[in-house]
Amino acid sequence: MTGFFDIPSDLQHSWAGLIGLHLREALLPVAAGLLLALPIAQLCGRFRWLYPPVLGLTTVLYAVPSLAFFVVLIDYTGQTELTVMIPLALYSLVVLVPAIVDGVRSVPDETLAAATAMGFGSVRRYLQVQLPIAAPAVIAGLRVATASSISLVGVGALIGNQGALGNLLAAAQKYDRPELAVNAVVTMAVLAILCDVLLVALRVLLTPWMPRGGTRLKPAARRAEITPEGAVR
Amino acid sequence: MIRIDSVTKRYPDGTVAVDRLSLEIPDRSITVLVGPSGCGKTTTLRMINRMVEPTEGTILLDGEDSRRQPVTTLRRSMGYVIQNAGLFQHRTIVDNIATVPRLLGWGRQRARERAAELMERVGLDPSLAKRYPYQLSGGQQQRVGVARALAADPPVLLMDEPFSAVDPVVRKGLQAELLRIQDELGKTIVFVTHDIDEAITLGTMVAVLREGGRLAQYAPPADLLSNPADGFVEDFLGADRGIRRLSFFPSDALELTTDAVIPADATAARIAAVEAPHLLVTDADGRPLGWAAREELTAGDLRTDRLLPYGRPFVPGADSLRVALDCAVLSPVGRAVAVDGHGRVTGVVSQQTIGEAVRAAHTAGRADEQKVAG
Repeated sequence: MTGFFDIPSDLQHSWAGLIGLHLREALLPVAAGLLLALPIAQLCGRFRWLYPPVLGLTTVLYAVPSLAFFVVLIDYTGQTELTVMIPLALYSLVVLVPAIVDGVRSVPDETLAAATAMGFGSVRRYLQVQLPIAAPAVIAGLRVATASSISLVGVGALIGNQGALGNLLAAAQKYDRPELAVNAVVTMAVLAILCDVLLVALRVLLTPWMPRGGTRLKPAARRAEITPEGAVR
Repeated sequence: MIRIDSVTKRYPDGTVAVDRLSLEIPDRSITVLVGPSGCGKTTTLRMINRMVEPTEGTILLDGEDSRRQPVTTLRRSMGYVIQNAGLFQHRTIVDNIATVPRLLGWGRQRARERAAELMERVGLDPSLAKRYPYQLSGGQQQRVGVARALAADPPVLLMDEPFSAVDPVVRKGLQAELLRIQDELGKTIVFVTHDIDEAITLGTMVAVLREGGRLAQYAPPADLLSNPADGFVEDFLGADRGIRRLSFFPSDALELTTDAVIPADATAARIAAVEAPHLLVTDADGRPLGWAAREELTAGDLRTDRLLPYGRPFVPGADSLRVALDCAVLSPVGRAVAVDGHGRVTGVVSQQTIGEAVRAAHTAGRADEQKVAG
């Protein structure tokens, strides 16, 4: 039995190299998804009628198998990382958009009214009041999106060498080396857990203002309380 | 002066929140907008700082249309206090208070110094500065809300049911504090509440609004109590408006008697000279100990533990007729004990005497009343 960390040369990466590649292919799409989700969520907050169709659309996108995306994208972006990352970014929207919308909606009406009354413009109010208060909900969304993205990257193995740690699964089959499959699964799981821990740490760092041992934000409960009066500019 | 000039707010669905309302809000005084829910009081308040734009009519600030300045400039010149305080939960207390100065471009240091100054003014412990809102009680949060509204020293303060979410004891404290701060700062305050007692306690002028955003009556609180404009206002004031109105009459004109007040070491002759059925016994400093029935008293044998409690005393001049009457009602012998600022007995007064004073005050005429109310 050859070594656990002895990666076949056709993967063109060491084990550490695969990890780096895997993180890049998993995290860049989440970052891109976040950048995309922020304005979409902002629009959904501003125009309430937009939210249900947007939710529907992101869900449909999520339901499209990655293989179908690859078939379409490969004509434009070829057998590259980008072909893997575009579907992943779109998948992340299904969690990130509702997370941000709910987070921003969880800001109490009085807080919004107070900010408006004190002379915050709408941009400043969004950046300095709504987003910071939405941070815990946004990070909760990021945790789900990140874990899901880390596991989904492996599918990239379908279009050649773009699956990072996922390629190990293909190699395990090809070379009849089951330990490579174990390596792939365990490494991905550990990466997912580490990223999750980092995101939790980030949340603790960003929200010294949250009561310890729980959150007071209850997005679902608050939603019913939003009145036309709370929707002041 | 804020002048609301036949302002109407009609929503696209046809609901009329405020209907041709005109009010002149005097400077450096507290004007209370009061009424049942749906009477448009909050909408009216929010039209002053243009969080709601009037459909018709104008709002003039010192004679100038409020729409002539940029909306953010207008809002930064008016402090705003909201129910539940509406604090920024993600900012420390000191940064919450420093919000408007920071928006106005003050440096961080100067804004925080100002915030510290205001914490003291509203009676908050400086050690709370670095805390977050969730670590404060409801009453403390509301004080922070007031401090935050005052931070940039705006001439106008808009208060939207600021004390309605705290318990009655804390509310009374906050009301007293607001009156104290107002004495010091002299802001033009517009205060919205649904609580008529709060309106009467705080208001220099009280505007009673009815459903559909129409003005029912605009008057000083004493006038409101003595002359409600119609049945709606009368109902809204409640069944005990006559008693409440006594709050506006001073108690210093009450005729006090001292012949029933005796020191604990009184002689038998002194006790025998008292005609009243009950005597108020005082200690050596003249402070009240309690009531004693005359026939049970013998000189040199004063059992202070057997005295009836004297209840709550009132301070003539400082307390109103309402307090004096309350003291007499609560007294086991039907007489109220008057004390000076040091708690020494200055005399006693019976329910009958207070009743006569009430009748005299009521017939004294509205002109006198207004003077007292001021």
